[in-house]
Amino acid sequence: MIRHLLSAGDLSREDATLVLDTAEEMARLTEGRAVKKLPALRGRTVVNLFFEDSTRTRTSFELAAKRLSADVVNFSAKGSSLSKGESLKDTALTLEAMGADGVVVRHSASGAPYRLATSGWINASVLNAGDGTHEHPTQALLDAFTMRRHLGELSGKRIVIVGDVLHSRVARSNVLLLATLGATVTLVAPPTLLPMGVEQWPCEVTFDLDAALSGADAVMMLRVQSERMKDAFFPSAREYSRRYGLDARRQALMPPEALVLHPGPMNRGMEITAEVADSDRSVIVEQVTNGVYVRMAALYLMLAGTAGTTTPEEAA
Amino acid sequence: MTPSASTSATPTLIRNVRVLGGEPQDLLLRDGVIASVGTAPDEADRAGDITIVDGTGLVALPGLVDLHTHLREPGREDAETVETGTLAAARGGFTAVHAMANTDPVADTAGVVEQVWRLGREAGHADVRPVGAVTVGLQGERLAELGAMADSAAGVRVFSDDGVCVSDAVLMRRALEYVKAFDGVIAQHAQEPRLTEGATMNEGELSGRLGLRGWPSVAEEAIVARDVLLAAHVGSRVHICHLSTRGSVEIVRLAKQRGLPVTAEVTPHHLLLTDELVATYDPRYKVNPPLRSADDVAALREALADGTIDIVATDHAPHPLEAKDCEWDVAAFGMLGLETALSVVQHTMVDTGLLDWAGVAERMSAAPARIGRCDTGELPHGRPLAEGEPANVVLIDPSASATVDPAASASLSRNMPYEGMKLPGAVVATFLRGRPTHVTGGLL
Ligand SMILES: [Zn+2]
Repeated sequence: MIRHLLSAGDLSREDATLVLDTAEEMARLTEGRAVKKLPALRGRTVVNLFFEDSTRTRTSFELAAKRLSADVVNFSAKGSSLSKGESLKDTALTLEAMGADGVVVRHSASGAPYRLATSGWINASVLNAGDGTHEHPTQALLDAFTMRRHLGELSGKRIVIVGDVLHSRVARSNVLLLATLGATVTLVAPPTLLPMGVEQWPCEVTFDLDAALSGADAVMMLRVQSERMKDAFFPSAREYSRRYGLDARRQALMPPEALVLHPGPMNRGMEITAEVADSDRSVIVEQVTNGVYVRMAALYLMLAGTAGTTTPEEAA
Repeated sequence: MTPSASTSATPTLIRNVRVLGGEPQDLLLRDGVIASVGTAPDEADRAGDITIVDGTGLVALPGLVDLHTHLREPGREDAETVETGTLAAARGGFTAVHAMANTDPVADTAGVVEQVWRLGREAGHADVRPVGAVTVGLQGERLAELGAMADSAAGVRVFSDDGVCVSDAVLMRRALEYVKAFDGVIAQHAQEPRLTEGATMNEGELSGRLGLRGWPSVAEEAIVARDVLLAAHVGSRVHICHLSTRGSVEIVRLAKQRGLPVTAEVTPHHLLLTDELVATYDPRYKVNPPLRSADDVAALREALADGTIDIVATDHAPHPLEAKDCEWDVAAFGMLGLETALSVVQHTMVDTGLLDWAGVAERMSAAPARIGRCDTGELPHGRPLAEGEPANVVLIDPSASATVDPAASASLSRNMPYEGMKLPGAVVATFLRGRPTHVTGGLL
């Protein structure tokens, strides 16, 4: 297994499958049990280093680490940017002095986890929990895990990702991971919300959502920030919803078994209607549950030392 | 420093040096001027108080002139001072540097430009030619007192808001018109601000993949196109700083074909490095304009070779360690350049056969001096290596090579993108009006 998890693109097919299989194991070992704790990371210290607010993601990682019996430190450094005197480097040196084994980092700057892992400031394993508009690899893993549970192996499956690809770390990580797993990904977005060079990504691109839906095994809606409107990425919320929102009419264009995903938090009525979000094809709530299993798997494989040779149960 | 004050150095006879890379000749520097070029009589060796240098294998070029240096003083003396910056200049073979105006306070008054000019005289490593700001405080709102700076002791002829673009078309037009009265030139940092908001690297496939805000080529090209047309319209000279894209090259080429009064520069780093380096998120590679594609690099080299781009300018931009030892987003833009410029030009232009040493002399000495209007007057630069001309000379060893080590820099800063790269060529000595300002290897 890799030492740091910085990009979904760093995972080979074998690595990715190992994480998903291990997550399955984590689910089996904890689902429905009164005592959910495994001793796999006893004595290890995991730091949640969050330079950007995200209660959902932080809680998910915290729960994952605690279920593996790791010591968890939450280091919320929001607002302490370089200009205010506390740099990423200083924080890293502090964590190093505290003996952190793993650092889960969320940062508004793309590449910050990469710098943390490669600058020699720290020896701990670094896990990217979302960096700027770059990547969010565990989100992609939990999406893949969720889809795999419903659809079986993802090779050959058709996944449609809709919305603000330009600013979405979720989309970047999903395209990379799903391509590695052999799925066919189609991005749908207004041209203003597609990054330069997207035609070189391992996916298809279209502006026509209706056409993309008919063959989809899963449709992943991305969050659209309302401030994109005043930056002229699209003319109005209403026009966006009409052209790129998922409503009941569009859902009817999808094959009956196709799934609906959303990384949350949702703008109900903007990119997705409440009706669709709460429908029986929606796996949005499951995604949250699965996030814990996938993060347990990632932390376990990165920090348990001889990962891959011992099952979590044996380690217990 | 008056000319006479700098001529007290011992005469120096450089034997068998390849002047502009030509056949070996002897070069005699005496009383601050080039006393003779050719075969010096043997008596010269015995003429008493004279230093003999064996120039075998060395190339002599006129002292280099940088049109684009950031010396950081006043205001950021932790990053660079006039003293350390000009020392780095001397080590790089430069005898004159134009000090950009984005200091703190901004060099937008006669007082600040004279201060910088005096600090340069006192340091004595290279002549400092201050650049005046075009607008007050680089704010882009109203013109600075361009005439007062021109009339000051510093004799400013180059005006630039470098660091930011004079994006207001009316203000740019007025500045171009106004400086005609004293033969000034506006050096434009071409960057359309709205198209580059929050941008930190070249816009392209890689910026999309890395999730970094892209700085599109068109943001440079749109301003270059606008400004050459404005300059033509008002009949004034415009100089485009650090050209970085193929499109900009094409616009300048077209403008020159039409006889428009435009000159342009390229930095050493844009001749060598590409945006692929940014994939490391290493802030050493963060620079404005950003490193571009391999295709842009090829276009820039070609344009420098064929004269479309007139000069090489370093954009030497020192920053303290903490401004670069951090995450990409908050890191400062800029790279050191004075000490490595000649090596990078040798590597990219000379060793590739695109330019000979005479071509390098034109692009790194004569042309920048002409554009900056320091090729004439009291302390002229960029003059030919000919009898009677000022003894501003750089000796280089093109056969040497070294691995770049930022720790060895004379600069107060260490933000060098070539760290660990092996580059050809070494500046072995620099003479400012006959006085050595830099010497290596026991040459003197
Ligand atoms: Zn500039």
